[in-house]
Amino acid sequence: MATTSSGCTIVSRRWSTIEGASRSWAGQGGCVVAAAPRPAANQGCFSDWQRKSKKKPGNFVCPPSTRISCCLFLSLTTPKSSIMKIKALSRPSASQQTPGTAVVRQPRNLDPAQHPFERAREYTRALTATKLERMFAAPFLGQIGDGHVDGIYTMAKDPGSLERFASGSGDGVVKVWDLNTREEVWNTQAHENIVKGLCWTPERKLLSCASDRTVKLFDPYNSSPESPPLATYLGQSAFTGITHHRNLPSFAASSSVISIYDLSRPSSTASQTLHWPTSTDTITSVAFNQTETSILGSTALDRSVVLYDLRTSSPVAKVILRLASNALAWNPMEAFNFAVANEDHNAYIFDMRKLDRALNVLKNHVAAVMDVEFSPTGEELVTASYDRTVRLWNRAKGHSRDVYHTKRMQRVFSAKFTPDNKYVLSGSDDGSIRLWRANASDRSGVKSARQRAKLEYDQALIKRYSHMPEIRRIRRHRHVPKSVKKAGEIKKEELAAIKRREENVRKHSKKGSLPARQSEREKMILTTEK
Amino acid sequence: MATNAVVPQSDKIAAREAKRHVMEAQKVYGRGKAVHTKSIKDKKLRGNLKAVEAKYKAAALRAKDAEILLEHDAGYLETEGELERTYKVRQDEIQQGVGIETAKKGFELKLTELGPYRADYTKNGRNLLLAGRKGHVATMDWRAGKLGCELQLNETVRDAKWLHNNQFFAVAQKKNVYIYDQSGLELHCLSKHVEPLFLEFLPYHFLLASAQMSGFLKYTDTSTGQTVAELPTRLGCPTSLSQNPWNAILHVGHQNGTVTLWSPNSQTALVKALVHRGPVRSMAIDRQGRYMVSTGQDMKMNVWDIRMFREVHSYSCHQPGSSVAISDRGLTAVGWGTQVSVWRGLFDAALADQGKVQSPYMAWGGEGQRIENLGWCPFEDVLGVSHDQGFSSIIVPGAGEPNFDALEANPYENVKQRQEAEVQGLLNKLQPEMISLDPNFVGKLDTISDKKRQEERDLDRKPEDPIEKLKNRGRGRNSALRKYLRKKGRGNVIDEKRLKAEALHKERTARAKERLRAERSELGPALGRFAR
Repeated sequence: MATTSSGCTIVSRRWSTIEGASRSWAGQGGCVVAAAPRPAANQGCFSDWQRKSKKKPGNFVCPPSTRISCCLFLSLTTPKSSIMKIKALSRPSASQQTPGTAVVRQPRNLDPAQHPFERAREYTRALTATKLERMFAAPFLGQIGDGHVDGIYTMAKDPGSLERFASGSGDGVVKVWDLNTREEVWNTQAHENIVKGLCWTPERKLLSCASDRTVKLFDPYNSSPESPPLATYLGQSAFTGITHHRNLPSFAASSSVISIYDLSRPSSTASQTLHWPTSTDTITSVAFNQTETSILGSTALDRSVVLYDLRTSSPVAKVILRLASNALAWNPMEAFNFAVANEDHNAYIFDMRKLDRALNVLKNHVAAVMDVEFSPTGEELVTASYDRTVRLWNRAKGHSRDVYHTKRMQRVFSAKFTPDNKYVLSGSDDGSIRLWRANASDRSGVKSARQRAKLEYDQALIKRYSHMPEIRRIRRHRHVPKSVKKAGEIKKEELAAIKRREENVRKHSKKGSLPARQSEREKMILTTEK
Repeated sequence: MATNAVVPQSDKIAAREAKRHVMEAQKVYGRGKAVHTKSIKDKKLRGNLKAVEAKYKAAALRAKDAEILLEHDAGYLETEGELERTYKVRQDEIQQGVGIETAKKGFELKLTELGPYRADYTKNGRNLLLAGRKGHVATMDWRAGKLGCELQLNETVRDAKWLHNNQFFAVAQKKNVYIYDQSGLELHCLSKHVEPLFLEFLPYHFLLASAQMSGFLKYTDTSTGQTVAELPTRLGCPTSLSQNPWNAILHVGHQNGTVTLWSPNSQTALVKALVHRGPVRSMAIDRQGRYMVSTGQDMKMNVWDIRMFREVHSYSCHQPGSSVAISDRGLTAVGWGTQVSVWRGLFDAALADQGKVQSPYMAWGGEGQRIENLGWCPFEDVLGVSHDQGFSSIIVPGAGEPNFDALEANPYENVKQRQEAEVQGLLNKLQPEMISLDPNFVGKLDTISDKKRQEERDLDRKPEDPIEKLKNRGRGRNSALRKYLRKKGRGNVIDEKRLKAEALHKERTARAKERLRAERSELGPALGRFAR
């Protein structure tokens, strides 16, 4: 038997022209050959060759190496008989499963011809994945400890720790919590009045400010609960917000002006004050930029958002919006972008270099937005609102990614991402701190590689088909409290009416007599000053 | 001799090789034409699209590279000399030539009493379903030679089809379609399917379709039991039915030689094509939905390109072909009278725009069995021929797809895998609404209506001038303006557009007159008469 390069064997099965030398080389695996065993017409030529080979016809044997050529030769000399190459499919069952094991092989073939309806099947899988994602959405994890007696108005994460954060409530109590155990670890009656601001220093001390015109410094890590403050700083009027510099030992507290205090000095009065020359109203919140560390942003009751620079000790820019803003948060990844939570139900993202236009408008809340924070990745935001919901946003999208609410959660005044980007904390008027998943359908347990691969594949599918109406509808659909839904409907109708009215006016007035239509991102800006 | 010139030469060759490799990968595994990213102005979009295109390219290349993992090569039957013909090779010769395991795949079942038979293989080719006209139904694991169940229904049986796996099958009986399980237990009677003639099962949609004697085509969802569609063909008793495995469109052949294409979403046929000058006896569509081969009572076998709806070739048979089947690798078996011919390369020839394939690849029969129906066994070099004397399984080297995808259809699946595949299949069940001539329409953007919507949203857009279209379109007697003014049926409607059009017409005629007058005066009284 001779094996050709293609793996097929060429064999002359029977050769009756050679009298008495009926040969049969059995073709074992899928091989060949052929056929018509009839006497050759052209015997002469064959006999010539036989004569040359000087072998007796009776015991004609080729040496193995010459068999192919000999067969070919014979086929040439005998035109009526034929030699063919045959191979038919045969798959030994051992190739499917190795003997002695229970492992079954699953060979793949990526030829598109074997996979019809590729697009439709992928879409179906994407749809199923979307549905599953919604089915597994269970954002609420639980409450942290027993909460406060009064409403929670401010919270602060310890930037040096993944698990500690502090909260301040309306009765002047400040508590420090541990996220792992979800229990209270430290508390004190810090103030006599509403705690308006909290922040941690890089040395893990806690600063709190309140409307009782004091800022107090505590050491929750190294002191027992209800211990007195390490230091107290006094101000002229009620404090509304506090923020610490990224690396210098100084902090800024806001009241009618922004007072910068130096922690390294023994003095309990401000080392410098900042304010916009013409402004007199209360400043409601203040935030240091943690990347471009000397930049400071503030929001005030006079509807302004003001940026200051500590290097020149002066305000840099001011933008006045239609309504006052409640909070300001810097993007930790893009140092020049910040978000403000506004009373007009929206949150705005601005570029500090170009304040005449918002980078994005986040619209979904149906009441004032009380707090806003960027996620540690800078990709997402969380807002707390007076409409009793917390919403999560993608930085680049205009509508919220998710909305969190419970029956018992009241006005939400504070919301924070945890430093690991996985959870969200909300502090509300009912005095409890709630822990939510940042991704509602996410599960934190250890996942097997297959599980992880499946989840990743599902996410990729959903992303790919997210433009499909059905998938979009399912992804977007959220159950919200009736009051919120109703308020949303009313708001939508009212806004549509306003717009319609404006368009009617525009339609019936002389061309050019009215100013051009304004983009949604510019509408709320009244003036910008430098 | 290592000269300096050698190096760039080899580089060039390598580059050419790489390019060829990419081309080859794109041809088989590519997903259509690449987007031309260079002409996109939007930076962000361009970046995104570039990334997507790079992904597609990488995927195609990796799929191409994964080809080395394919274990099996396709079978073949080749002649050594020029004068030999593959169609002369007989089954006994093939059986002697191939290995014992393979030789066993050719067998003959003598069932002379209750024929003629129709046969159907499961999707993975493991099980065989035989249905005799006079009520005999049997299932078997044909490779092991194990009988599954055997039924005598005492009723005319016109067709039988496996459902999604080897656990259920549907039988078109005298009055209704019935569904049986693998043990032969009757599970359902589909009373909506009255006097069914032919059955087809769409495995990805879980739809069972039957063509009825009354001319109706009915779809039933076998996973829910709901009737999905009842479509009147209005062309009388259908003569054949087959499915396009690429887009799940059903082709129905009619008495008058037309073939109609149906999807459950349309009450009228998607396409009507006159393919024969007599009743269409049978049709088959290749697995990528490119070509249809049909046979008719007019003793013709026609090859159609069903993407272009154009006849590619026409062959004459000695007798009307009663059945056609196309294998995974494009071999076309046609049964005519008592004979079966297998053709190879019909579509390749059409693709390369060569002439006709002159002679068949293989031939079988001529021994007195009238062929009823043919079916290729998936993933095997086996053709199942059912006839009035029973069933014959013949070996046709090179017919079957050598490398199966175990997650798609696994001929060697065990019970667990079968169950898993069933669940997966149901999870990924396609909705009947997704059936359309272009199977990839799902997920495509409707750019036309989007553009229109965008335009409507633009509040400052310029109002369309109705008269604009009538200007500058054509001249003389058939200009757009004159056509508009001439158009009947709106003589009484005087609107702004009409007034404007009339004014424009008046102005133009006046201008023409003025021009003529000027020319006349210029040419003077003698030559003025020639002015036009």
